[in-house]
Amino acid sequence: MPRTHIELDESIERLSILDAEGNVDKERDPDINRELLLKLYRAMVLGRRFDERLLALQRQGRIGTFPPISGQEAAHLGAVAVLQPEDWMVPAFRETAAEVWRGRSLESVILGNAGFNEAAALAPPGPNLPVAVPVGSQMLHAVGLGWAARYRGKDQVVLTFFGDGATSEGDFHEAMNFAGVYQAPVIFVCQNNQWAISIPRHAQTRSATIAQKALAYGMPGIQVDGNDVLAVYAAVAEAAARARAGNGPTLVECETYRMKMHTTADDPKRYRTDEEVEGWRRKDPILRFETYLKRRRLLTKAKIEAVDAEVREAIQTAVDAAETRMASLGDPIDMFDHAYAEMTPAIAAHREEFLAETAAAAEEGSDA
Amino acid sequence: MPKLTMVQALNLALQQEMAADDRVVLLGEDVGVDGGVFRVTDGLYEAFGAERVLDTPLAESGIVGMSIGMAVYGLRPVCEMQFSGFSYQAFHQLENHAARMRWRSQGHFHVPMVLRAPYGGGVRALEHHSESREAYYAHTPGLKMVIPSGPRNARALLVAAIRDPDPVIFFESKALYRAYREEVPDKEEVLPIGTSQITREGSDLTIVTYGAMLRPVMAAAEELQQQTGAAAEVIDLQTIAPLDDTLFVASARRTGRAMIVHEAPRSFGPGAEVVTRLVEKAFYYLEAPIARVTGYDIVIPLFAREKSYLPNADRVLRAARRLIAA
Repeated sequence: MPRTHIELDESIERLSILDAEGNVDKERDPDINRELLLKLYRAMVLGRRFDERLLALQRQGRIGTFPPISGQEAAHLGAVAVLQPEDWMVPAFRETAAEVWRGRSLESVILGNAGFNEAAALAPPGPNLPVAVPVGSQMLHAVGLGWAARYRGKDQVVLTFFGDGATSEGDFHEAMNFAGVYQAPVIFVCQNNQWAISIPRHAQTRSATIAQKALAYGMPGIQVDGNDVLAVYAAVAEAAARARAGNGPTLVECETYRMKMHTTADDPKRYRTDEEVEGWRRKDPILRFETYLKRRRLLTKAKIEAVDAEVREAIQTAVDAAETRMASLGDPIDMFDHAYAEMTPAIAAHREEFLAETAAAAEEGSDA
Repeated sequence: MPKLTMVQALNLALQQEMAADDRVVLLGEDVGVDGGVFRVTDGLYEAFGAERVLDTPLAESGIVGMSIGMAVYGLRPVCEMQFSGFSYQAFHQLENHAARMRWRSQGHFHVPMVLRAPYGGGVRALEHHSESREAYYAHTPGLKMVIPSGPRNARALLVAAIRDPDPVIFFESKALYRAYREEVPDKEEVLPIGTSQITREGSDLTIVTYGAMLRPVMAAAEELQQQTGAAAEVIDLQTIAPLDDTLFVASARRTGRAMIVHEAPRSFGPGAEVVTRLVEKAFYYLEAPIARVTGYDIVIPLFAREKSYLPNADRVLRAARRLIAA
């Protein structure tokens, strides 16, 4: 009996178009129009500045803990920039700039981070799921949405985000496997930011790349420089075209870096060095994109300053609006809503009980 | 009216709902070509095609997670867990997402899915194939938990579950699948979720039960009447959550004596909630402590001794005699 080599007609590639110094591979430069390029630039700057402002608000105790995105702007914005409005986005939780790109207001993000359920009511009812905190669990929803879109004869595609840590979850495997079996129109975008809280990428999986995991599920996989917005866009555009044409899912691994903490409750100094962080700072996604746009004469120093001022103003307006709204919110009676389409007898009774407690507490001057 | 087994009655519900509404799709392990290991989906693959009846890879979380996405899109997926004992591998999808999507999105999205699963003992099955863990799902805000007790209400409740705008966990007793036939009208019949039913009237004690335990309870009630003349009122919950306490509270107020029977383990089981409602709403009418006849707080033994675990008519009868003597 022979022992033979099985030839697999599959391999993976790594794509990089714009290097850390802003040099571009002109042949591979995706044909992004000027308007979209500038929209992307603004969104990246907005994402960064908003992150900084949220961090300040958190440190001042004005909002609760949240997951900063700094350093990952190209990875998630380059991906969603490919989507059509009717396509679906299924986020994890470190894609705030992508959520904003898809129409979520800054005010909604602030309210959510301040602990108000009402934040979801401010988000547009478009094809974007809310953030999913349990790691990796959202990827299967993308498969179901994609299958349903095909069932309805639509050419919508579904883009789902997750991190390097999520690739250890069973749901990652189940989602990739189901998507492969059903050839669902799903783009799996891994924001490999090198750290799952304190666990480095190499301790998360023994695989040389995350992209190669695609091969086991019978789908193409590609690794891209996730700090290169052009490469992310190009790879995701290719995946979206494949999905839209009925040729199934793709895994896109974006190699990026989480410049800040996992959440504001985390102290990364406990597990990684300043040297490592500094090394990645030199690969900043915004700086290289700025260089690229300047060289293409789409951006000037004055324009850069104008964008910065404009996004800061937009953020300030949102902070003011959110804080005004917070003052008018806070009637906890709303917590009994949206459990079911119709309130159950038990919840109705609990609601009445709560009202009675509130009234009694008011009379006594104590807490309900 | 044709007389159907519970398997046939469930099949009828699925077939009619699929014919009437193209949002209804089925998915699960072996539900297509094979027609399901208990044949509940028999013939539906042939009738509706692979597009409406999906044979899935062997992964419970995958099945439930995919169903959630389909439901959010606007379909009405009915997924099958081959045995409820394997549904724990999908528990996080139910608890974290199916149950909360409406709440999390403040009503923008909802998850109109049904998860069907065979539950309970009595069919000499392997480990993980005989348990009764409805309390997990009944305890989760956002889910509904339904357990029919016979062919006719199984059909009518499944139709209601498929049409329900919220996620419904639908447990089907394997012991009842082919235990007996019942007249099931071909014409549509829907039983509202969240309503219990009086299946036997009586004035001397109240027995609350559901699912497979209804039959031994009914038998015990007949025997009790013959032996002692005492008339037991029997209430079939049909839905565990949201719990309808109106009938059993009113009944216990009339009879002054109450008992709950289920095969799930006793501590923190559905009976604990029933007893609490009775204490809260009928305490001053009660003439005796409320009795619980349930599975014991152990894993159900392998099938050589499962009968020693499961409540039966004799156990219910003895408890009922003690209750009326108290």
